[in-house]
Amino acid sequence: MRNVRSVEGRVIGAVLAILALLAAGWSSDAAAMKIERVTGASGIEAWLVQDRSVPVVTLRFSFAGGASLDPEGKDGTAALAAALLDEGAGPYDTTAFHRRLDDLAAELSFSAGHDEFDGTLRMLQANMAESANLLRLALGEPHFADEAVERVRASTIAMLAKQARNPRSLSGRLWMSDVFDRHPYGRNTSGSAASVAAITRADLADFASRQFQRGTLVIGAVGDIAPAELAALIDRVFGNLPQGGANTVVPEASPADGGALLVSRTAVPQSAVTFGQAGLKRDDPDWYAALVVNEILGGGGFRGRLMKEIREKRGLAYGVSTGLVPYRHAGLILGSVATENARVAESIALIRAEWQRMRDEGPTEDELRDAKTYLTGSFPLGLDSTRRIAGLLVRMQIDGLGIDYLDRRAGLIDGVTLDQARAVARRLFDPARLSFAVVGDPAGLESTRPARQPLH
Amino acid sequence: MIRLGQLRRYRPAWIYRCLALVLVVAAAALPARAQKFDGESFTLANGMQVVVLPNHRVPAVTQMAWYGIGAADDPRGKSGLAHFLEHLMFKGTKTIAPGEFSKLIAQAGGRDNAFTGPDYTGYHQTVARDRLDLLMRLEADRMTGLVLDDAVVLPERDVVLEERRMRVDNDPAALLREQLMASLFLNGSYRVPTIGWEAEIRRLGTEDALAFYRDWYAPNNAILVVAGDVETAEVRRLAEQHFGPIPARPVPDRVRLDEPQHPAAARFEMKHPRVAQPSWRRLYLAPSYREGETRHAYALQVLAEIVGGGAGSRLYQSLVLKDGIALGAGADYAPSALGLTIFSLYATPKDGVAVAKLEAAVEAQLRKVVEEGVDADEVRRAQQRMQAAAIYARDSLAGPANIVGAALSVGQTLDDVAAWPDRIGAVTPAEVQEAARAVLIERNSVTGILLPERMS
Repeated sequence: MRNVRSVEGRVIGAVLAILALLAAGWSSDAAAMKIERVTGASGIEAWLVQDRSVPVVTLRFSFAGGASLDPEGKDGTAALAAALLDEGAGPYDTTAFHRRLDDLAAELSFSAGHDEFDGTLRMLQANMAESANLLRLALGEPHFADEAVERVRASTIAMLAKQARNPRSLSGRLWMSDVFDRHPYGRNTSGSAASVAAITRADLADFASRQFQRGTLVIGAVGDIAPAELAALIDRVFGNLPQGGANTVVPEASPADGGALLVSRTAVPQSAVTFGQAGLKRDDPDWYAALVVNEILGGGGFRGRLMKEIREKRGLAYGVSTGLVPYRHAGLILGSVATENARVAESIALIRAEWQRMRDEGPTEDELRDAKTYLTGSFPLGLDSTRRIAGLLVRMQIDGLGIDYLDRRAGLIDGVTLDQARAVARRLFDPARLSFAVVGDPAGLESTRPARQPLH
Repeated sequence: MIRLGQLRRYRPAWIYRCLALVLVVAAAALPARAQKFDGESFTLANGMQVVVLPNHRVPAVTQMAWYGIGAADDPRGKSGLAHFLEHLMFKGTKTIAPGEFSKLIAQAGGRDNAFTGPDYTGYHQTVARDRLDLLMRLEADRMTGLVLDDAVVLPERDVVLEERRMRVDNDPAALLREQLMASLFLNGSYRVPTIGWEAEIRRLGTEDALAFYRDWYAPNNAILVVAGDVETAEVRRLAEQHFGPIPARPVPDRVRLDEPQHPAAARFEMKHPRVAQPSWRRLYLAPSYREGETRHAYALQVLAEIVGGGAGSRLYQSLVLKDGIALGAGADYAPSALGLTIFSLYATPKDGVAVAKLEAAVEAQLRKVVEEGVDADEVRRAQQRMQAAAIYARDSLAGPANIVGAALSVGQTLDDVAAWPDRIGAVTPAEVQEAARAVLIERNSVTGILLPERMS
């Protein structure tokens, strides 16, 4: 159960993680939260928010790399390694390792996205040292024993088969593989049945030694822990890792978002649709204006124009939303919707029309004000758990936002003017580039061209 | 995992999986420890109970209104009505225009959503702590002032049909689940799906919703839970101001129909082209906190943890690790229900392993528990894990509010919630065996097997 679930959690990989963060209310003015920079004797640094209200500590960390380190023809290596790190390490075999985790009531998980390899350890304050020791072993001395490799490989292949019959994940895969074509972002971070079958124990061990290096490590810690305790803990967990950084060169991607409509026909009552086009990377000077404009068009809940037009007015879908997806080497604006086959063409036409309207007219003064209020106001509300705050600390470091970011974020959003918002809307939304991937049996829709890659 | 689930008002499709996991953890899986919540409760003169759960971690407040009405109260032939009304509660009142409710919350930088379960319907919002007044004003307003007409009701009915397609019709496992539930409860009120049968949803109308609303939405049938950076005195003042003037009204008795003796076990085998991997599940009728042999309710939770709670459980250890015949296996039991509930087991075979072999292996494990009982050591370890989960449940703002609201809605008290860790800790090995004997009775079970069918 644990394996199947952890593998499933990674399916949509980085996209999902990023959108979840956005949905969790990634904004700012949580100025009350004090972030401390903690440095161990080894020189390893972590950002810390102390919170003594619950005897719990969450440690999250990230290494640059992830699926971008997968060897040629062996897509899914990073993901398979992530699922195997808690299947035996150091003196503990699989059963003993899980028994230790269980007895300490520690929650340890790893995941591999396109650009990063991430880990989370949530632990009881009373069991901190021993829980952290398990993490140290998982990173430094994983077994990758044959039995565990074969078992988790089988789970992964089963999960891929399941994913291949799920209209929503299929439409996401179809969109990504078409738009990124041969670029690594076009691959499934979990791999394919063939690529996962090809991964050897040596590949996994090699991956671990290349991935777990201190050069690109960032750490966020939140909870009932003092700075000195954290300094000692990160030294123990990460101090023995080699100094270097991941040696991979991922080329910049240019999404081939030529406005295609792809239909993968299958017998389900409701068509699942993924849509989007190239967007902005996180360091783009227009980022905050784009964040506001995206909120106005495709904000979750009942805030966005798309939700109003498609759900509220016409009952065409249970949900529709868009998000900015900032990979390291490409940016996207990506959305999804699901509508019954007979009417899905109407949903797609409405999305195209709203894309055009946003490009032509931009937002109104009122919409801009409301979106800014929401993005700044909802941010601290999402920071209610050690896990979420630690995730924010990690993301801030990856994105190079600075330790004072929380003090500045509200100002960055509030500072977006109507002119800027309109300019970025013209820059961002281009119906000629807006591409759709539909999985279902949609009435009146045919592919405008063949897909660039077969889905496997 | 099959349990008496709940539906939410909206869920952006891309983050569907992430949110689903979060919700299961926050709302269902983790019982909690109220003595550490420092919860306080008072009742207004009109009978509305108010619970305050102070939490000063972030400057935010969550308000949840729980109505004692759920899908199991849907009138015969009008399945889905409780859930449909939940959607319609956002369609405006005498003073608030359709859609305005969520807009006002968003304009205050807050978020809102709602959910329907078999036994209750809940509405919740999170805002900055100084906006609690707005939340109470809006929630009190729609407790009596709902205004509906076909112009807003009919498109929303299409939304619910899309929701059903997304959750059920596009997913073979969900389709089979509906049949399993209808068979497990021959007469019991949980036999009908919360979202409703499609043909009955199509016939729901404005008058149905209004009549149901007038019957059940009253202050004496509601529990308000306020969690966050607030003080009880302020909550009391605001609650008296906004909800106090609403008069109590007679509310119908809630009926949970008796379940007759089951003369025979039932089995269902479903072949479907969208199934990638065979899977097996077994549901047993089980007592809840409220119905049946309630004295087993705590022991059954420990039993589920020992038999199928994660990688250390008997099923995982034997089927997945030792015999290598399953990719995953587990057990689940949720005691919060007004009527009888479910003790469930599931397993997924490894490729090439017959489902019959898997089933025999699960049954052998169950027989072992029934005949030989469980070890004192594994009981103690299960209890420690469950008590740790109660600590983790406090590591968020909404978690404790969810736990308290759900418990009170099915007739538990704050004392019951507070005593949960101790009651779990008091369960003996003999009680676990006795509970297993009482519940794991073949004729009270339904077995469901999902098999792939070659796509044509």
